[in-house]
Amino acid sequence: MGEFLHFEDFAVGQVIDLGTHAVTAEEIREFANEFDPQPFHLDEAAGRASLLGGLAASGWHVCSMFMRLLADGWLNKSASMGSNGVPEVKWLKPVLAGEVLSGSVTIVSKRVSSKRPEMGIFQCLFELFNQAGEKKTEMTAVVFMRVKAA
Amino acid sequence: MMGLFLEEIDEGLTVDLGSYHFTRDSIIKFARKYDPQPFHLSDEGGSRGPFGGLSASGWHTGAGWMKCFVDVNDAARAKLQAAGNTLPEVGPGPGFTNLKWLKPVYPGDTVRYSSRVTGKRELASKPKWGIVFSMNEGVNQKGELVFSFEGKVLTARLPSA
Repeated sequence: MGEFLHFEDFAVGQVIDLGTHAVTAEEIREFANEFDPQPFHLDEAAGRASLLGGLAASGWHVCSMFMRLLADGWLNKSASMGSNGVPEVKWLKPVLAGEVLSGSVTIVSKRVSSKRPEMGIFQCLFELFNQAGEKKTEMTAVVFMRVKAA
Repeated sequence: MMGLFLEEIDEGLTVDLGSYHFTRDSIIKFARKYDPQPFHLSDEGGSRGPFGGLSASGWHTGAGWMKCFVDVNDAARAKLQAAGNTLPEVGPGPGFTNLKWLKPVYPGDTVRYSSRVTGKRELASKPKWGIVFSMNEGVNQKGELVFSFEGKVLTARLPSA
């Protein structure tokens, strides 16, 4: 685990770029078929006729795409120990087929667990934008990360 | 929700959403696509990870709630429609708060989900719509609460006469 980044390697205020993901109609329908088969997540015309304004990804799909960016861009390069929750998710604007998403994490606060000294706790702000810079989703979440071996 | 207009939904309304079964294959398939952290991908990675074994991505647990919700919602709408009722347009959700992954979900677990209405209000910005607040939970086959969140969904108001 020597090459991994640990709790001490990240500072409050630090912003981590998570890279990009191009959203396809195919993956929107695939996720929706399995987990959220509502018309506006399955059909372009139904999406356009709805409040979402187009074929839009399920909110849970957006969180899952976000998770993928997070895993590839940060957690799998670090000694992540998972998470116990998400205080808030705001689906600010629909994520539509054809958009290119980019994500970032800002470290809001950090502390070492009082019960488990081998574990650090980050409060993070996650933001997801499209190619035009419009913010699509904002999430606050907890990330646990291993403290460097003493 | 459940084919009801805002005015027809009362605080305390509780819906059993049925259950979702997590297989080893479905846990790994979801993780490969959306959450490829070692403890969601293999038994070996799970045993070295923080959850004591291969466990489902928390977003898989959330997606399972959504799947159960849509199934029950669609069935409720179909029943009302068959009885000749006018159905409200289905609204999207603006987000949620206080999502908690309280315990890991392991291969072979079956999580039973529920949703309870905790409040509602009209929306000043969208006169045809209101918002319904709910407390949502997932309980595994041992009766342990593994998942919860406070949901919000836009809900159509009864058309004014």
